[in-house]
Amino acid sequence: MDVLNALVLLSNFVLLPAVSYGSQLALGALGITLIYGILRFSHFAHGDVMAFATMTVILVTWWLQGMGVSIDPLPTALLALPVGIAITALLLLGTDRVVYRFYRRVRAAPIVVVMASLGVMFVLNGLVRLIIGPDDQYFADGARFLFTVREFRDYTGLEEGVGLRVSQLITIVVTLVVVAVLFWFLNRTRTGKSMRAFSDNEDLALLSGINPERVVTVTWLIVAVLVTVAGTLYGLDKSFKPFTYFQLLLPMFASAILGGLGNPLGAVAGAYVIALSEVGVTYAFRKFLQYLLPESLEPSGLAQLLSTDYKFAVSFVLLVLVLLFRPTGLFRGQSI
Amino acid sequence: MSLKHASYFAIMAVLLVLVGWLQSWSVAMGLFNMCLISAIMALGVNIQWGYAGLFSVGTMGFVALGGLAAVLTSMPPVPAAWSAGGLRVLAALALGAAVILVSVLIYRKMAKGVGRAVALTITIVVGFFVYRAVLDPAVDAIESVNTAAEGYLGGMGLPIVLSWAVGGLLAAGAAWVIGKISLGLRSDYLAIATLGIAETIIAILKNEEWLSRGVKNVNGLPRPVPYEVDLQQSADFLAWAEWLGLNPVEASSLFVKACYAVIFIVVLALIMWLSERAWNSPWGRMMRAIRDNETAARAMGKNVTKRHLQVFILGSAVCGIAGAMLTTLDGLLTPGTYQPLRFTFLIWVMVIVGGSGNNWGAVLGGFLVWFLWIEVEPIGLWLITNLTSTMAEDSAIRLHLLDSAAHMRLLTMGVILLLVLRFAPRGLIPER
Repeated sequence: MDVLNALVLLSNFVLLPAVSYGSQLALGALGITLIYGILRFSHFAHGDVMAFATMTVILVTWWLQGMGVSIDPLPTALLALPVGIAITALLLLGTDRVVYRFYRRVRAAPIVVVMASLGVMFVLNGLVRLIIGPDDQYFADGARFLFTVREFRDYTGLEEGVGLRVSQLITIVVTLVVVAVLFWFLNRTRTGKSMRAFSDNEDLALLSGINPERVVTVTWLIVAVLVTVAGTLYGLDKSFKPFTYFQLLLPMFASAILGGLGNPLGAVAGAYVIALSEVGVTYAFRKFLQYLLPESLEPSGLAQLLSTDYKFAVSFVLLVLVLLFRPTGLFRGQSI
Repeated sequence: MSLKHASYFAIMAVLLVLVGWLQSWSVAMGLFNMCLISAIMALGVNIQWGYAGLFSVGTMGFVALGGLAAVLTSMPPVPAAWSAGGLRVLAALALGAAVILVSVLIYRKMAKGVGRAVALTITIVVGFFVYRAVLDPAVDAIESVNTAAEGYLGGMGLPIVLSWAVGGLLAAGAAWVIGKISLGLRSDYLAIATLGIAETIIAILKNEEWLSRGVKNVNGLPRPVPYEVDLQQSADFLAWAEWLGLNPVEASSLFVKACYAVIFIVVLALIMWLSERAWNSPWGRMMRAIRDNETAARAMGKNVTKRHLQVFILGSAVCGIAGAMLTTLDGLLTPGTYQPLRFTFLIWVMVIVGGSGNNWGAVLGGFLVWFLWIEVEPIGLWLITNLTSTMAEDSAIRLHLLDSAAHMRLLTMGVILLLVLRFAPRGLIPER
């Protein structure tokens, strides 16, 4: 019984949060890895594009709420998602047209394009703060819990319980769907195959008649979907704050590198590794150990490996370990 | 430097004088001091990017280490905290270092296989728990010593100017570690790794209260220049202020800022002189050769990874020096205020706008971009007030825009960076 209690406790405080956070990171990291594979630069504006996308979803959600539209028990934001994706796609295609296309034409060094993405990062940062402000915004509505900790306890008769939040369930389901569709697209459709060909060998792809501008456009469209879904899910699960989204850049990049830059499967795996380590390392294991250990061995402190402020250090340490021991990432990314 | 480039500096001077004239001389002097510090930071980034083409976005971390150095050097030590747990903390840190050293030895010396993996895991896990067992009680003891005002070990009580060198050394040490790991790999890896180290350093400063008082901040750092209050008491100074026709409060504030400016100019001139010497030396030529064609430089027998490490450390050290100077000027260390946009990416804008690969360009960029960063806000406010003057006094859009004028600076910086990259990629003062 104690073992069961300990496991339930762990699922509630470590596994579930880590899986939903990992799913959000995975969607973000997939975008970074796709851009790296096809446009061949590190997209530093990713966090801020995510903030912009989520902001549009929030604004549409507020408008819908004002109109009295609701899909209770699901959050209204899901209804606003397609609009957000469309606007974000326009934004991304617009920045590509205004900023990045020029550098593609002159075949600029990747690092110059990275600089340009820093410029885009600043602009979006300012734009988001101008429109919605720098503060926290909560936009989740509908039912909060599928079942609460109390309901779970009453039902199973255990001392500990698991509560499943609606936002967590949505995150997991939506991520599964999006990732499945993405992989189907990349592996099965003609356009997806041409994207992978372009990523593997640009010259050969051009030689076989693949239109590079079309590949780039499709990539930005996919990124728009990924980034809007990721940002909205993160915002529903926690809250929306422009600076937090900017800070997600580090764990997202760490996930992409951990899995191997340019490798979509790796990005997903890397994201879950990062999320699980971040949550696990900063969780206080005292209660968990109390169930498992005899009383004499119980820890006196919180049994927390690191305080929560160090969550960014976790991404960093994992990144360093990968760089030291397997620089191409867990799943062998591109070695450009 | 041609006449055209000299005129840029002249325009910059005019802009600062205009601020003095339109706003106040005290504001202009404060702005000037921050411009000097920004110029030094830009020089540091220019050494990494302009000389060697290294893309490091960890400037914030090195600047923060400089700030920590200012505290560790200049604040008086807290004897009660030292006797409560100072030595135990040092012992714990030594223990931690020993664990890492032993792990590295095991990894290097033992044959690859299950045995090595087990030995490594045991060393690291046991080492971590022993380290925490020694560290935690010591930290608790230190942090409970006079928590409201102290609760940390304090510094060494030395003159604060010394801390500028210490800040450089601390930053150089951190750069050595991070460079060892991520240089020699793909260039993007250095960028992400430095982004990570910067966040980690800030996390340490915020969290390790025994070291830096964390988010409780360290106030009242000693100054290398006189205090305004003392000046206002001094008869000589009062006579002098009267002779200039200034009121004592304003005169003292101006005098203190001028003192800082003089010291900062000396440091900037020194770093500038060294940078120019390095740029024109055979070493500088070699760095440019490596930057422009790594493969060719390697074929000529240059050790590219080692040179990259060297230049990365040098640039980071300069950023550390600037960080210590900044904390000295502020007189307090507030770990919560370090933000990557302001302390990393803004410095990059300075270097790109000024002209990467040209030290004068970096200095000009530091001045100009800092000036805009501060002045865009009042200008934006003025613009919005005038543009929206036809709207109703309490129009929601107008009030919202007035509230958000502060964010105009981010937008402006982005637009400037994009325009310069596109239309003048070599910057205002291009590389010779």
